[in-house]
Amino acid sequence: MKSFKIQLKTLIAAASVAALFSVTSCMKDLEQTPIVDVTAENIYSNFANYPNALAKLYGGFAHGGQEGGGGNPDINGIDGNFSQYTRQLFTLQVLPTDEAVIAWNDGTLQNIHKMNWDSSSEFIGAFYYRVYTEIAFCNDFLRNTTDEKLASYNITGENLVQAKYMRAEARFLRALAYYHALDLFGNVPFATVENMPIGSTNPPPRITRPELYKFVEAELLACANDLKNPKAAGYGRADKAAAWSVLARLYLNAGVYTGTTQYGKVIEYANKVITANYGLKSKYQDLFLADNEKNNPEVIFPIVFDGLKTQTYGGTTYLVHAAVGGTMPAADFGINGGWSGLRTTKAYVNLFGGAGTSDVRGNFYTDKQTLEIDDIGNFSNGYPFIKYKNVTSTGAPGSDVAGNFVDADIPLFRLADIYLMYAEAHLRGGGGDAGTALGYVNALRTRAGALPVASINLNFILDERGRELGWEMTRRTDLIRYGKFTTASYLWPWKGGVKEGQAVEDYRNLYPIPAKDLIANPNLVQNPGY
Amino acid sequence: MRNYTKVLKIAPAFLLAGTMLQAQTKDSLKTADIEQVVLIGYGKQKKTDVTGSISSISSKDFNGGATSPAQLIQGKTPGVSITGNSGAPGAGSSIRIRGIGTLNGSQSPLIVIDGVPQDFNGISGAADPLSLINPNDIETFDILKDASATAIYGNRASNGVILVTTKRGSAGKLKVNFSTLASVSTKMKNTPVLNAAEFRDFINANASAAYAAKLGNADTNWQDLIYQTAWGTDNNVALSGGIKGLPYRLSLGYNEQNGIVKTNSFRRTSVGLNLTPKFLDNHLSVTVNAKGTFTDNQFVAGGVIGEATYFDPTQPVYSGNSAYGGYYEWLLNGGLNVNANANPLARLAATRDVSSIWRGLGNIQLDYKFHFLPDLHFNVNAGYDYAKSDGAKTENGLYKVAFADKGRYRSYSQEKKNKLLETYLSYTKNVEAINTNVDLVGGYAYQNFYRFEPFAPTFNGNNVPPVMGNNVEVRNVLLSFYGRGIFTIANKYIVSASVRRDGASRFWNGVDKKNLWGTFPGVSLAWKINEESFLKGKGINTLKLRAGWGKTGNQELRDVADYPAYSSYNLSNGGAQYYMGDTFYQMLRPNIFNPNLTWETTTTKNIGLDYGFAKNRIFGSIDLFEKVADGLLVDSPIAAGDVSNHNALNAGTMNSKGIEGSITLVPVKAENTTWELSFNATHYNSEITNLVNGADANYYIAVGDISGAVGNKIQAHVVGNRPYAFLVYQQVYDNAGKPLDGVYVDRNGDGKINASDQYYYKSTQPDAILGFNTKFTHRNWDAGLSARAVIGNYVYNNAASNSSLQSGSTNEYLQNVYYTAVDNKFSIPRYFSDLFVENASFFRLDNVNVGYNFRDVFAPGSSLRVYGMAQNVLVITKYTGVDPEVFGGIDNGYYQMPRVYSLGLNFNF
Repeated sequence: MKSFKIQLKTLIAAASVAALFSVTSCMKDLEQTPIVDVTAENIYSNFANYPNALAKLYGGFAHGGQEGGGGNPDINGIDGNFSQYTRQLFTLQVLPTDEAVIAWNDGTLQNIHKMNWDSSSEFIGAFYYRVYTEIAFCNDFLRNTTDEKLASYNITGENLVQAKYMRAEARFLRALAYYHALDLFGNVPFATVENMPIGSTNPPPRITRPELYKFVEAELLACANDLKNPKAAGYGRADKAAAWSVLARLYLNAGVYTGTTQYGKVIEYANKVITANYGLKSKYQDLFLADNEKNNPEVIFPIVFDGLKTQTYGGTTYLVHAAVGGTMPAADFGINGGWSGLRTTKAYVNLFGGAGTSDVRGNFYTDKQTLEIDDIGNFSNGYPFIKYKNVTSTGAPGSDVAGNFVDADIPLFRLADIYLMYAEAHLRGGGGDAGTALGYVNALRTRAGALPVASINLNFILDERGRELGWEMTRRTDLIRYGKFTTASYLWPWKGGVKEGQAVEDYRNLYPIPAKDLIANPNLVQNPGY
Repeated sequence: MRNYTKVLKIAPAFLLAGTMLQAQTKDSLKTADIEQVVLIGYGKQKKTDVTGSISSISSKDFNGGATSPAQLIQGKTPGVSITGNSGAPGAGSSIRIRGIGTLNGSQSPLIVIDGVPQDFNGISGAADPLSLINPNDIETFDILKDASATAIYGNRASNGVILVTTKRGSAGKLKVNFSTLASVSTKMKNTPVLNAAEFRDFINANASAAYAAKLGNADTNWQDLIYQTAWGTDNNVALSGGIKGLPYRLSLGYNEQNGIVKTNSFRRTSVGLNLTPKFLDNHLSVTVNAKGTFTDNQFVAGGVIGEATYFDPTQPVYSGNSAYGGYYEWLLNGGLNVNANANPLARLAATRDVSSIWRGLGNIQLDYKFHFLPDLHFNVNAGYDYAKSDGAKTENGLYKVAFADKGRYRSYSQEKKNKLLETYLSYTKNVEAINTNVDLVGGYAYQNFYRFEPFAPTFNGNNVPPVMGNNVEVRNVLLSFYGRGIFTIANKYIVSASVRRDGASRFWNGVDKKNLWGTFPGVSLAWKINEESFLKGKGINTLKLRAGWGKTGNQELRDVADYPAYSSYNLSNGGAQYYMGDTFYQMLRPNIFNPNLTWETTTTKNIGLDYGFAKNRIFGSIDLFEKVADGLLVDSPIAAGDVSNHNALNAGTMNSKGIEGSITLVPVKAENTTWELSFNATHYNSEITNLVNGADANYYIAVGDISGAVGNKIQAHVVGNRPYAFLVYQQVYDNAGKPLDGVYVDRNGDGKINASDQYYYKSTQPDAILGFNTKFTHRNWDAGLSARAVIGNYVYNNAASNSSLQSGSTNEYLQNVYYTAVDNKFSIPRYFSDLFVENASFFRLDNVNVGYNFRDVFAPGSSLRVYGMAQNVLVITKYTGVDPEVFGGIDNGYYQMPRVYSLGLNFNF
C-alpha cells in the first residue's frame, strides 16, 4: 500500500500541543450551571423580580405547576390538575358531606364521600403535599427577604417599604396554608425558614394541634399589623381584612382545635371586617360568575383564575365542568362540555325545602335527574347544583374561546361568611348584639330571595351556612364544630357507604397523615384511629 | 381464540434461523483460520485472548431486512435483549444487556459509533439515537457485557457498552455493492374486541334502554379501517476501493417505509464516507468517518389505535351530513360530546404530524506510530455530532379533534451538538525475556453535549394569542482519564487491569466537587487451557476460563431535572400567571434539587468459559455473573416541607444474578454444503435490596401508568422483589372458573378488602430469554431462520382491564369492550385484579429467508444474490392481546410489530 509523503509532522505536533492545552482549560467546564433557569442572587437583587417571586406564593393556591393546564407540576405522584389546591380543598371539605357526590372512579376517590378513606389515599396525600409545598415556597421567599438580606441586596426607599408588605403577605399565605393543615390534619410537620432549606435531608419536627393553633394565631396577628389596610392592596392580594377573616374563622373553631372556645374574639374580629366598608353584592349569583372581580364589595380574599392566563383544570374550571352533565346545556355555563361528575344529595336539597324554592341559592337542575341517588356512579342520580359558571353577569361567555378554562374566581372569604360567624358566635355566648345578628342573617336571606325569619338558633345557623356557603369549602369544618360530621345525629345519602347514611368512626374528624410522609419523616405520629 | 399449548417444545438441536449472506463465499471454509479481532475500547484484542465477557457480531451474521441497526443483532447473543419501541418505522429499539440494573437511571447501554460515544437520548422525532444510522453501513457490533470490559468507559458503563464499527474500504480495484429490497408489511392481528352483532347483544343485555337506543345500524370494523398493507423499499449502493492508495468507501442509501397504520411513513436518505489513508511511510494512519442522514417522518396521530379499538362498531364511518368533516362523531345536546372518543378515521384525516431530522456524525482518528519507537502509538480521536430536527403538527379545525380551538398548529425544533476529543498513548511489545506480550494504554477524553430547544407555542385558529414559555438549553460535560494494561504470558495466561477516573458536570452543586469525580477499576484474568501442554493435540480448539471484577457508574438520569444538583428558579409560562393587584405576573418557582447527588455504582463479578471442539465445529461460551448496584438514583418521596414532595436521591440498592450461554454447531461442512445452528439462552434475576433508608418492609414506589381513570399505577418497586412487579389483588373464581366481580382474596384475613390485601404478582422480568439461529447453504442456494423465545414474561392487558359492563355505556356514548368483558361481566373496570396480568411467554419466528446466488454473473468474482424473506411470521403465545412483546409490560393501544414479506437483490462486482 502506498503512503503519502507529505509533511504532516507539524500537524501531529500541533494536535498534541492542542490536546495538552485543552486538558487544563476543560477542567473548568465541569462547573456547568443552568442556562435558562435563574439563581436566587439574580432574582432577589433586582426588586423588579419580587412580584414574580410573590406571584408563586399566591399562585400556589391556583396552579398545579408552572404551565397552564397543570404542566411542569410542583409535586408528583398525582396529575398537576388533580392536585391543584382548591380542587383538593373541595374534595376534602365538600365531597365527604351532604353537599356533594361525584360519579368518577379515579383511584380511591369514592372513599371520600363514603368516608372510609385510609392513609394511602392519593387525594388526601395530594392536598397534604400541596399545603406543604405552599409553605415551602413562602419560607423560601421569607428566607430571601429578611432585613439583612434586603440590605445586602441594596433594596431601599419605596422598594423596601413594598418589600416589607410583600413579606407580610408571604406570612399571611403561609399562615393560611398552616390553617388548612391545622383544620384537616391537626398534628403535622412544622417547617420553618430555618429548619427546611431546599434539598435538606433533615425532616422537620412535629407540632401538635394546640401548638400549631398558637403559631397560626400569632402569625395572623402579626400580619394584621403589617399588611396594608382593607382594600388598599389591590384585588387578589392580602390585606388586614383577610387576616381578620382568617382569625375569625380560627377563633370560631378554637374549641375543636384546642378545647378552649374563643367566641368573644370571633365577634371582635368580625366587627373589624364589617366596619371596614364591605357590603353585600346585590345579586347573589353574580358572586360566582366569570366577571366576579368587578363591582364586588363583598369579597375579602379571592383565589383569582383567568381563562387565558391562569389556566388549570382544577380551580373553577373543575367546579364548572365537573358539575355539568346529562341534559345540561354546556353553552349556558360558558364551557365546551361537562365532565358529568358532581351532584348534590337530597339532604342538601331539603335544606331549601325542595328544589322548587324561591331562594336563588337553591339552584338545582332537575330535568332527567332523580332526587334519590341509587348509584353514585350514574350522573342522572342526584340533582346537579348550579353555582359557578363561566359566563359574565350580562350572559357573555368567558375569555377562553375554546370553552376550556374558566374565568370565575373563588371567594375564599367574603362578607356573608363573616355575618354568619358573628351570628353564630353571638348565639354561643361570645357577646355582640342579638338584633344585629338577626339583621345580618335576614340581610343574606332577603338578598337571596328567601323569606326573612323572626328568630335564629344554632341549628338554623348551621343550615343557613349550608345554604349561603354551599360548595365554598367550609361544610366539613362546620359539621365538625356542630358534632355532626361523623355521628348519627345527621345522616345524608351514602354517608359511611350505605344508601341511607350511617355514622362513621369519630377519629375521622381528622384526616390521616399520608403513609408516605410517615415513612419519610420519623418525627411524625399518625393521627389516632388510622 | 387460538389454542397454542406449550411455548417451547423445540429441542435445541433443531433450530432454524436466518442471516443475510454477503459474497466472498469462497472464503467460507477458511473463516475458522482467520483470527477474529474484537474491539475492547481504546484498542483491540484477538478473540481468543479476550478476558472479559464480550460478544462480537459481524455483518455476515446480521438479521436481514433490518430498518434500524438494533434489529440486526436481535436474538443473536445471550444476555442482550432488543425490543422494538413500536411497530412504526423509524421508532427504533430499546436494548437491555443482562436485564435492568437501575430504577431511575438510564437502562440503555452506552453506544459508541466509530469511537464516538453517543448521547443517551435521541432527538425529538427519533427516540433511539441508533435509528438514525443506516444499518447497511454497519460492519460489526462488539458488545461488552461485564464490568471488567466496560470499566474502561467509567461512569456511563453500568448497563454495558456496544461498540459499533462501520464498514471501511479496502485498497485495490473498485468494488461495487448494490442492494435493493422491496417489502410488504401487514398487521399481525386486531385487538380482540366485539364485532357489531356481538356488541349489539352486549349493550341490549347490559345497558339501559336509553343507551341501547344509541346503537347504530352499521357494521364497521374500525381496526381494519385504520390499518393498511404497507409498501417499503430499501436501496443501497456502496463503492469501495483505493484511489492512488487512498482507501475509501462511499455509500448511499435510500429507505422508504410506510407504516401499517394509515398516514404513517418514514423516509431516510443516508450518505457515508470512510477514508483510511496512511501517511509517513505507514507511520500515520488516518481514519475519517463521515455519516449524514436525512430522515422524514410522518407520525400517526396519537391515540388513534386506542380509538379504533374502542369505537362503537355499530356506527358508520360517515355521518351523511357535512358537520365535522362528514365523519360520524358522538353528539350531545346539539354539540360534540367532549367526553366521547373521536372517530379514528376523522382523526387521521385531521392530523398531519411530520418531522425532518438531519444528522451528521463525523470523526477523524489519527494513529501515529512514533518513528523512534514504533511500539508506541499516539492516538487522537476528534468527533462532532450534529443533529437538528424540525417538526410540525397541524390539526384541522373542521374535525372534532381541533374543533373547539378552530384548528391547531405547533412547530417545534431541537438542535444537538456533541463534541468529542480523545487522546491516548498505546504501547504494545512482546517482551521475549519474560515470554509476555505487554499492551498498555493511557489517555484522556473530553466530551461536551449541548442541546437547545426553543419554546414551541401552539397556535389556535381562534385567534387567541398563544401561550409563551421557556426555552430548554442544557449543556453537560464529561472529562475522563483512563489507563489499561494487558499482559499475555506464554500465550496462556492473560491479565488485564484498567482504571478510569470520570468527572461529570451534571452533579455540580456550586459548592464542592466531591460528587463530580469517581474512580472505576476493572480487573480480569483468562487462562487458555487449550494452550497447555496436557491439552495440546487432543482436539480441543478453544477452552478458555475467564474471571473478571469491575466497578462501573451510571450518571444518566431519566425523568429528573437537567441540573438536579444545582439551585435554580423557574419562570412559569404564559398560561400560568397570577393576577395580583393590577396585573398578571409570571411566577418564579424555586426548583427542588439535591446538592449531594452523585452517580450510581455497580460492581460486577463474572466467570466465563469459552469452548470449541472438533475443528471449531462446536463452539460457544457460558457466563455466570452477579451485579450489585449501589446508590441507585431513585426519584424518592421526601418529607413534606420542602418545595416539592420528591427529589432525586441516591438511595436504592439492587442485586442481579444471572447465567447466559451460547453454543454453535456446524453439523455439515462440506465442499458444497454447510449447515450451522446456534442457540443462546439467558436467565437473570434482579432483586431490589433497598429503596429508601429507614423505610419499613412495606414501603413501595408506584410506577407504571395505566389508562382508564387518572393516576392509576399498576407496578411497584419494593424491597425483596423484582423491579416493575405488578401490585394487584388476587382474584377469586367460582367453581366453574369464572372470576367473581370485585371479589378478592382477603390475604391478611382482617375481614376487609383494601390496599393491604394487594400482593406482588410477577413482573416484567422473564425467567429466560432464548435465541435460535440457523443457516444452510448448498451450492448456490442458501436458507436461514432466526427465532426467539421469552419464557415467564408477564404483561398487564390494559385493553381488557378497561372493559366492563359500565365502560360500554357511560358519559352519553357507547364504547366497545374487550371480548372477555362479555363473560366476566364485571360491573365496573377492575383495574387491579390479577386476572389482567397475563402470561405473555412467546416464541417468535423473527426471520426466514431463502436465496440463490448467481456467481460470476457479469464478470469473474461478481455475484448476484436474489432472496425472499419473511419477518415476524409466526408468534406462538397464550397472551390474548395482539403482541406479547410489549416494552414496559403494559399493553395499551400499542402499535404492533408488522409482518413483513420482502424480495431482495444483492449485487456485487
